[in-house]
Amino acid sequence: MTTLTKPVEDAAPAASGAFLSVRDLYVRFSTEDGIVKAVDGLSFDLERGKTLGIVGESGSGKSVTNLTVLGLHNPRTTEVAGEIVLDGQELTGASNRTLEKLRGDKMAMIFQDSLTALSPYYTVGRQIAEPYVKHRGVSKREGRARAIEMLEKVGIPQPKLRVDDYPHQFSGGMRQRAMIAMALVCNPDLLIADEPTTALDVTVQAQILDLLKDLQQEFGSAIILITHDLGVVSNIADDLLVMYAGKAVERGSVRQLINEPQHPYTWGLLGSMPRLMSDVTEQLTPIPGAPPSLLAPPPGCSFHTRCGFTDLVGGGRCSAERPVLPEGRGSACHLTDEQKRSVFIETIQPRLG
Amino acid sequence: MSNDISLSKAPAGAAAAEPAGETLLEVSGLTKYFPVMGGFPFKRQVGSVQAVDGIDLAVRAGESFGLVGESGCGKSTTGRLITRLMEPTAGTISYRGQDISHADRKALAPIRSEIQMIFQDPYSSLNPRQTVGTIIGGPMEINGINPPGGREKRVRELLETVGLNPEHYNRFPHEFSGGQRQRIGVARALALEPKLIVADEPVSALDVSIQAQVVNLLQQVQRELGIAFLFIAHDLAIVRHFSQRVAVMYLGKIVEVGDRDSIYQRPRHPYTHALLSAVPEVELEGEERERERIRLAGDVPSPINPPSGCRFRTRCWKAQDKCAAEEPPLIHLGGPDEGHLTACHFPEEPTIAARGEDIVLDPALAAIEDVAERPE
Repeated sequence: MTTLTKPVEDAAPAASGAFLSVRDLYVRFSTEDGIVKAVDGLSFDLERGKTLGIVGESGSGKSVTNLTVLGLHNPRTTEVAGEIVLDGQELTGASNRTLEKLRGDKMAMIFQDSLTALSPYYTVGRQIAEPYVKHRGVSKREGRARAIEMLEKVGIPQPKLRVDDYPHQFSGGMRQRAMIAMALVCNPDLLIADEPTTALDVTVQAQILDLLKDLQQEFGSAIILITHDLGVVSNIADDLLVMYAGKAVERGSVRQLINEPQHPYTWGLLGSMPRLMSDVTEQLTPIPGAPPSLLAPPPGCSFHTRCGFTDLVGGGRCSAERPVLPEGRGSACHLTDEQKRSVFIETIQPRLG
Repeated sequence: MSNDISLSKAPAGAAAAEPAGETLLEVSGLTKYFPVMGGFPFKRQVGSVQAVDGIDLAVRAGESFGLVGESGCGKSTTGRLITRLMEPTAGTISYRGQDISHADRKALAPIRSEIQMIFQDPYSSLNPRQTVGTIIGGPMEINGINPPGGREKRVRELLETVGLNPEHYNRFPHEFSGGQRQRIGVARALALEPKLIVADEPVSALDVSIQAQVVNLLQQVQRELGIAFLFIAHDLAIVRHFSQRVAVMYLGKIVEVGDRDSIYQRPRHPYTHALLSAVPEVELEGEERERERIRLAGDVPSPINPPSGCRFRTRCWKAQDKCAAEEPPLIHLGGPDEGHLTACHFPEEPTIAARGEDIVLDPALAAIEDVAERPE
């Protein structure tokens, strides 16, 4: 039924400028109900010092992708295929030892829920210093000094005192700052932030996002920002990748994706979101239905069951043939470029007003 | 699930509610303190969480009133007090002129059917052991309502109203997705033909695309059945989309209230300015309007020991001695909207355009940005 029109030859060597290159990544979990195709043929590149935003709903595979990059998946139940190259080093088959050397040093992660991601048993300072002591081989005292320095950098008041606090003594915003300090302590080249502000209030979210942006300028890390909120990424990312049901459906710069979105799913996301400037008399245009189960994703284009434009393609192509996401700017959709442009301008754009 | 839900099967009479504009619910001086216990060996009250501290608001029939604020500001507690799931510490709640602030079960019974609630979490707010039919029919059974054609027929109608398949009558909640469960919650709230629905973060647990489905459904219910809504949410854009009047809460107080446009275009309170400027907004081509940038320092203080005077003063850039000494009254500060009230001694200009210089109070941000701006 499904013709995979993206054969192996697509797995070309990573573009020379890319610092992180993911090629044809497949991640499958075996569960009691069957095999979950969490990530299904994903490719992207990230350059040094740039920010890539990955947008998608829950279950779209955005978090799994990044756990796999860090090697944090459970190897017993997870099957990973494809290539993940970080700075010339292949990570998919790498041993745990190699990954351990990289984690916290060259690549680091900021998790969504800071209360569960920090250990309640150790002081904040000790948790921040740990990767520094481990990777740089410095003494505990130097580690502590570094922790204080980092706490100050992320804006914790009285860092010399707070370094000995436990996570529960911090407020939500402060814990998230401590997590950022922990992630940046070894000056990582790659920082993965998985919904770093979802659990926070708007005013605190704005502080944390600006802080991440400013610290990136200082540290020069590449950032992958995972979120479900297009508003968050549109202010901080350079490039965007929209994911749906384990596949990337559209890729481009933030400006391109916001102003000339090509994929019906991206149109749906934009139309679902009220904005502070939108016309209140205009109804929202939600995407009908619900995301598909990843146990048995629909054949062909996985969005065709919720898409309102399959008639324009015709011939049942949408349900039979899986569309290809081209390299660079583009979208995985069978509509022609001309159709995408005219549909967006004529029917989608006026509603976004 | 179609988006064009037919409401034709909705009961007649609900739409013929009293003319819009009449005050349905009036709350004045509403206060809720939760005791904090401590001490050893005998626990005694050592303080109180001042969750809601003297708020006034009025919801008119058929309108949607938005209550917006950050976590811990007391917006959910307010919703629960109004539905009388909690007993207020002080203040009055009157529903159509009748004081219900301390009414007992018996006196509340007829009013409970007119004020219904939609909860935030569609997973924990539906009993997993009951079928959808029992869940939606429950309120009718408790209130002894026997609609013509029987309860089952009415439940099926309601399922259709909220965009679910009436054949799902005998299914259990776990067979539905989050968005569908929230629709069940809406159907249950509609079962008694209420006049007022308190919706406490009804869409924040849902995915973006599903959120829009539920927002549209609620809007349709509100317009076509003429039900008044108290819409509680933290998402400013959704509140703006849904509500005609909006109140902004901070640490148990209403700091600003007014018509939608007045609040979103001409805010006066510094906190409203800060909130609006913090919303991450997708800006389309041609509307890159310069918004003001305000970055506050730190988090919301604890409601156990709130700041004296104006509660926002500890994070405010305009705070002076007067703010600590004197609590600002919620008053009209001029402007076209008579109902636009602000509680601030030193209000901001009524605009959200960018100012000469950003307001950055966060020490870490300020430090980094200072270095970046300084010439080499």
